[in-house]
Amino acid sequence: MATEAATLSPVHAITGAIDVDLHPAVPDMAALLPHMHPHWAEQMVVRGIDALESVMWKATMPITARPDFRGPPGTQPGQSLERLRAQALDGFGTAIGICNPLWGTAALFNEDMASELCRAMNTWLAREWLDREPRLRGAITVAPHAPDQAAAEIERCAADPRFVSVLLPAMTEMPLGRRSHRPIFAAAEKHGLAVTIHAGGQYRHPPTVTGWGSFHAEDHAAQANIFQAQVLSLVYEGVFVDHPSLRVVLLDAGIGWLPSFLWRANKTWRGLRAEVPWVKRSPSDIVREHIRFSLQPLQGPPDAQGMERLLEHIAADHMLLFSTDYPHWRFEGQAAVPPQIPARLLPALLRENALETYPRLRPSDRPRAALPEGVNRPAP
Amino acid sequence: MTVDVDPRVALAAETKFRLVDCDIHPIVRSTADLRPYLPKAWHDYFDQFGNFLVSPYTEAHPYPKPTPALSRLDSWPPNGGPPGSDLAFMREQHLDPHDIEIGVLQVLWPTAARQRNLGYAAALCSAINDWQAEEWLAKEPRLRGSIMVSLEDPESAAAEIARCARRGGYAQLMLMPRNMEPLGRKKYWPIFAAAQEHDLTLGCHTGGLNGYPVTGGAGHCSYYAEEKDAGGYPMEAMLTSMVFEGVFQSFPKLRLVAIEATMGWLPPLYWRLDELWQRFRAELPAVTRPPSEILREHIWVTTQPADEPEDPRHLRDLFDWIGWDRICFASDYPHWDSDDPRYALPVQMSLAEKRGIFRDNAMRVYRLG
Amino acid sequence: MARHVVMRAAELPAGESRVVTVRGREIAVFNLAGEFFALINRCPHEGAPLGLGLRIGLSESNKPGCYSHSRPGELVRCPWHGWEFDIRTGQSWCEPSRLKARAYAATRETGGALVKGLYVAESVKVAVEEEYVVVEV
Repeated sequence: MATEAATLSPVHAITGAIDVDLHPAVPDMAALLPHMHPHWAEQMVVRGIDALESVMWKATMPITARPDFRGPPGTQPGQSLERLRAQALDGFGTAIGICNPLWGTAALFNEDMASELCRAMNTWLAREWLDREPRLRGAITVAPHAPDQAAAEIERCAADPRFVSVLLPAMTEMPLGRRSHRPIFAAAEKHGLAVTIHAGGQYRHPPTVTGWGSFHAEDHAAQANIFQAQVLSLVYEGVFVDHPSLRVVLLDAGIGWLPSFLWRANKTWRGLRAEVPWVKRSPSDIVREHIRFSLQPLQGPPDAQGMERLLEHIAADHMLLFSTDYPHWRFEGQAAVPPQIPARLLPALLRENALETYPRLRPSDRPRAALPEGVNRPAP
Repeated sequence: MTVDVDPRVALAAETKFRLVDCDIHPIVRSTADLRPYLPKAWHDYFDQFGNFLVSPYTEAHPYPKPTPALSRLDSWPPNGGPPGSDLAFMREQHLDPHDIEIGVLQVLWPTAARQRNLGYAAALCSAINDWQAEEWLAKEPRLRGSIMVSLEDPESAAAEIARCARRGGYAQLMLMPRNMEPLGRKKYWPIFAAAQEHDLTLGCHTGGLNGYPVTGGAGHCSYYAEEKDAGGYPMEAMLTSMVFEGVFQSFPKLRLVAIEATMGWLPPLYWRLDELWQRFRAELPAVTRPPSEILREHIWVTTQPADEPEDPRHLRDLFDWIGWDRICFASDYPHWDSDDPRYALPVQMSLAEKRGIFRDNAMRVYRLG
Repeated sequence: MARHVVMRAAELPAGESRVVTVRGREIAVFNLAGEFFALINRCPHEGAPLGLGLRIGLSESNKPGCYSHSRPGELVRCPWHGWEFDIRTGQSWCEPSRLKARAYAATRETGGALVKGLYVAESVKVAVEEEYVVVEV
C-alpha cells in the first residue's frame, strides 16, 4: 500500500555479509562427466542422460532469474562464475557466499545413479567454483533416499573445509526426520556441517495433499507447507535429541508462517506429547534453538509495522540469515534486505547468525585441505 | 497494548447476545441408521461392501486419534451411542449451557463425500442429507445442516445441491479440502455454479484422507501430531488453486468458510501469494489483481482449534491481519480438541468485536439472519 | 482455609476418583494406592472437568523409539485436550512451573482424630471408628 511504502526506510546498506543462498548452475551433464566414475560417465553418454533442470526452477521462468541476473540466451541462469562474482559477491559487498546448486541430481529414482551424480556435482563445485573464488563456500548435495551413500559422501567432502553444509531437498520420498535418514544427520553433526533444506526437490508426491495443480505458482506456494511438515518431522522424530548440536537452515522457505506454525505446534505437543515422549521441550523452543531461515524470499508482511509485529511474534532475531537467492528474482535493485526489515537486525542478520549456524565459517584451527581428486571415492 | 474501541459502536451493540457455533458434529448411532435413507438398490451394497475409502482400514485411521471416537471423554451420551449421536444430550451439554442461537452441523462420518464407489457416494450423500433433515433439523430449530456431495462426481453433486436447496434448512455446502485434485480445477466448477445459484456458503471442513501424504511433497509422516497440524495445508492449497484458476473471479458471489484448520495460516498465505503473483502473472491470466485482495472478499475462517500464542495480545495482530469481520466462532463439539467459547480466545476484545466473532460474522456469511 | 470432611475413605477405592463440592468449588479427589489427593476440577487451559480425565502413567523417553512407563495412574489426562497433570502436585507435564491445576491438601484421618480438632462435615456424618478423606479448602 502506498501510504505504508512511504514510511519504509530507504534501502539498507549491506557490506561484509554472509550470503547463505547462492545458486551456481550446472550448465549440462558434460560439465560433470570428468568428475564421474567411468561406469556412470559412460551411462550418461550412451543413454543420453542430461537436462536435470528442476521443474521448480525452469530457466525461462521469471522467478528463476532476475532480468539483470539472467545470462546470455541459451545459458543457465547462474552458470557463469564471472557474473556471480560481479553481481552476487561484488554487487552486494558479500564476504562469503554459500553455493547451493539445484540441478536435480538427487531426484533420480536409481539410488546409485542419484548418489553418483551428487558426488560428481560436489566435486564439480569444488573444482569449478570453490577453487576459483575464495569467497565461495559449498553445500554437499546428497540424495536422501540413499542415506548410507549420502553419509559416505558427507564424509568424503567433509575433508574439504570449504564445504560448510549439507543440502537436502524439501520435497522428499519420506519426511527428513524419519529414522532411515539418520545417518545423514549423524555425519553432518560429526563434521560440524549445517544441514540445509531447499525449496523444491524430488517430486515423489503431489506438492500438496490436494493433488497436482495446474500452475508452477501453486508448486511454489506449496513449499511453505512442505517446510512446515519437514520441521515437524525433524522435531517429533527426535532428530535433535539424537543430534543436539545440529543446526538446520531452511532456504527459500519464507518466514511469514513461522509464528502461527509454532503456536499450533506447541498446542498440539501439549496434548499429544506422549506420542513422542522423547520430545521434552516445546516445539517452539526446539525450533528457536536448532532451525534458521534464509531471508529471501521474505513472504511476510509488506509493511514495516506489520513486520515489527511478526518479528515480535517470532521473538528470535537470531533466526534470520542473509540471502540473496541469486540469481532467483526475489527483490529489485539493491534491496536484498527488504526495507521493512528494521535496521537493528542487520549485524546479526548479515553475519553473526550465519557464523553461529555454520560452525565451519568460524575461524578454527582444524586441519584444512582442499578436496583432492577422487579421494575416498566409494566403489559404485 | 491498547484496544481502540469506537464508543458509539460499543454503546450501540447489545450487551448480551447469543452464540452462533459454526462447527457441531452430529453422528449416527451406527451406520445402520442410514440404511432407511438409502434407495433400496443400494441396500445389498450397504450390507455387503459399505464404507470404501482411500484408507488401509474399513473404519480405523492410520493416524490413530488421541481419544476414543475422536471425542471429549465427557461427551459420551449417558443413554448410549457415540458422542454427538444423542440430540437431547447435545442440548443439555452444549446448546443450552452456551446459549447457542444457531449451530451448523458438520457430518464427518461416514465420509460420504469420498467414497471410492461414486454411485454409492452420491446415494450416501443424499441419505446423510435426509438423515440430518429428519433426525436433527426437524427436531431442533437451532440447528442448520450441511449439504454433503460427492466432489469427484460434480454432476450428481450439482443435482443434490439443487435438491437440498429446495428442501431448505442447510446452512452450507460442505467441502473436504483433501480432494483428489486442487479444488479450483475446472472439473469442480459445476459445484461452484450450483452453490452460487442457490446462494449457498461453501464450508470447507478439515480432515479426511485421499492417499496422498498429508504433508504434500514431503512424504508420509509418522505421527498423529504431525497429521493434525497438517490440517491447514490443504486449506492453503485449495484457496491457492481457487484463486489462481479464477473460481472467485468467475463466481463472484461465492463465500467460503475454512473450518477447523486454525486461523494463523491465512495472513501468511496472503503475503506469500501476493509475492509469488508478481513473478507468475504470465501463468495466471485469471488473477488481475493481488490474490489477497480477491481472497479477502470471499474467505472466512472459524476459530477452532484456537490459535494460542504465548502472548495472547498476538491474537489481536492475527485478527487485524485476517479482518475482524471474517472470523467466526466454532466449538467443534464434541471432539477432543473442541473449544469452550468462554475460554478459547483469551484476548481483550470490545463488545462489538466479540459480538462479531461469536455471532454476527457467522450470521452474515451463512445468511442466517 | 478449613478442613472439610468430604467422604468416608472406603467410598473411594484405590485408583478411583470422585468429584465433590466444597464451599461451592468442585474438587476432584483421587485415591492413589491408599494416598488421597485433591485437585480443582477444572483444567487451567479451558476449564474441562479434570475429574473425568483418565488416570494414566508417565510415558518418558531419552531416545527416539525407546519408551519407558512409570507411576501408573499418577497422572490425570484432561478429558478434552489431553494435557497431563501430576495428581500429586497439580503440575502440568509440559510446563510444570507455569501451568498448574490448583491442588488442595487431602488426608485420610480417623473419626477419632477428627473430633479432637476443627473440621467441617456438611454432608458426611463422622463416626469415631471410621476413616475419612479430609480436604483443606
